[in-house]
Amino acid sequence: MDKRKKKYTIFSYIILTVLAIAVAIPFIWLFISAFNPTAARTFTVPEVLNFDNFKTAWSNPRTMQGFMNSAFIAVVQTAIVIVCSVLAAYPLSRYGLKIGNNISMVMLFLSAVPITAIMVPVFQMLVSLKLIDTYTGVILFSAAAAMPYAIWMMKNFMDAVPTELEEAAWVDGSSRMGSMLKVVLPLMVPGLFTVTIFTFSGAWSNFFVPFILIQSTAKMPAAVNLQQFFGMNDTVQYGPLAAYSLVYIMPCFILYFLAQNYMSKGFTMSGGTKG
Amino acid sequence: MKDKIQMRKGMKATFFLLPSLALLVTFFIGPVVLAVFYSMTNKALTGSAALATEFVGFANFVEFFKDPKFSVAFSNTMWFLVFSGLIGQMVLGFLIAYLMQKKNKNFRRAVGFVVLTAWITPEVVTAFMFTVIFEERGVINQFLAQFGIGPTAWLFTFPMVSVIVANAWRGAAYPMMMFQAALDNVPGEIMESARIDGANSFQILTKITLPMIKNTSGTVFVMVTLGTLNTFGLIYALTGGGPANKSTTLSMLMYQRAFISYQIGYGMAIALCLLAVGIILSLAYIRFNNQSDRPKKMKKRKVA
Repeated sequence: MDKRKKKYTIFSYIILTVLAIAVAIPFIWLFISAFNPTAARTFTVPEVLNFDNFKTAWSNPRTMQGFMNSAFIAVVQTAIVIVCSVLAAYPLSRYGLKIGNNISMVMLFLSAVPITAIMVPVFQMLVSLKLIDTYTGVILFSAAAAMPYAIWMMKNFMDAVPTELEEAAWVDGSSRMGSMLKVVLPLMVPGLFTVTIFTFSGAWSNFFVPFILIQSTAKMPAAVNLQQFFGMNDTVQYGPLAAYSLVYIMPCFILYFLAQNYMSKGFTMSGGTKG
Repeated sequence: MKDKIQMRKGMKATFFLLPSLALLVTFFIGPVVLAVFYSMTNKALTGSAALATEFVGFANFVEFFKDPKFSVAFSNTMWFLVFSGLIGQMVLGFLIAYLMQKKNKNFRRAVGFVVLTAWITPEVVTAFMFTVIFEERGVINQFLAQFGIGPTAWLFTFPMVSVIVANAWRGAAYPMMMFQAALDNVPGEIMESARIDGANSFQILTKITLPMIKNTSGTVFVMVTLGTLNTFGLIYALTGGGPANKSTTLSMLMYQRAFISYQIGYGMAIALCLLAVGIILSLAYIRFNNQSDRPKKMKKRKVA
């Protein structure tokens, strides 16, 4: 029995290692190619490793423009989503438990609605509102699309803050808004960070929405730029594109690991109540 | 007096909810309603219909069944769903989680980390990396050349395979995480006692482990299906739906009809189908969620 177990264990370690390597291959290519000035589609062992590709990529003004657009859209979108979802989560969490939970469920349900399915009417709508090909249009729609899940997450984090603390504030004469801002929010900071990170990440990596809603190249975010750059097959410069991609995915990684950190802290009360 | 308080509560709640509701109704729910309406018209941006949009009822939906492109897209979508979503993501994710049980903690972390990075990578970058890998002079062919297997233009000859692999690579992490958590919750004692009673690993897996993670499996199934059915960016950037519609799925077809052929009504009809499937699945998801909550709550009360 033991021998069989050992065989199985070794076998599964091998499978997992092979799988992990297979999954890592695209990243290994990306990482090496970004620093390899003679990068190509194959695994070429680089003779030199330098930052040439980065310089080439950034010599194109569209590169920086794309990143600035992505950053702008993501920041504004996230700000809108956070403010609105905190406000919305408050009554769902504090007033009338049953309705709050039901609406919360509706939010979860809405968050599963595929964005691809509503892009056509959204496109039409923005055309008639003259918001097509504008930052405003993209930001407003993306914020709306991100709202349901953000509200659901916010409400769950808010539920973890006990109402006794707020009641104490009301006794001292605070308003609802006041108690929310001064008592509840400070106690759900990890939750706030988690939702912020999650929303920002989604906004940063969004491809489909800006692809459909934006036509002027000057306003295209980094994701659309990237696709346009390698969509034109034979003039693709793999090295610089790899450098571009590497920089583009950095925020996603950083944010994700920050979020992991905050998520695990988010569900503890960190000293808000006595005992 | 109570009524007045209720009213004030209601008004206050509305004030808090207003910004979100305004955004949601305008940009989210509004378009859904519009989609339903437009799908029943022959609205287009070119051609005779552009001048006078007519209400055509279910004609768009009927056209589906006559359109050969639709059946191609439908079967592609099914292949994609089964092989990339269900097998590639869900089964593979489960396998990884299952094999990782009781392994060295750091090893688990390393493998989990690698699989996770695939998940947090934006679609476009994934498409770019796989364009390189599947290219005629790309990484996979380089590897196969060692075995004397001639270079294949994967993206042209086997577009569905390329798309299936790329999507599976990207999405296996979510099922893996969910199943990892679920498997950790399966009490070891049950498996031990089954083993003592003479059950072999396969029996334990099928008769004990799988039934115990039924709820998680349901959730994962719904999420994977929803995500897979609505994949667009990856496929568009990788193969563009081609060549000759060989890798066009329903979401790609919708894009083509609505934004390239400008047959808005028809495109919306397809969108509505996708939406309907999404709604049915999310209802099922909510049911699953509710079900798994109740037994846990009861357990808590018993202990207290």
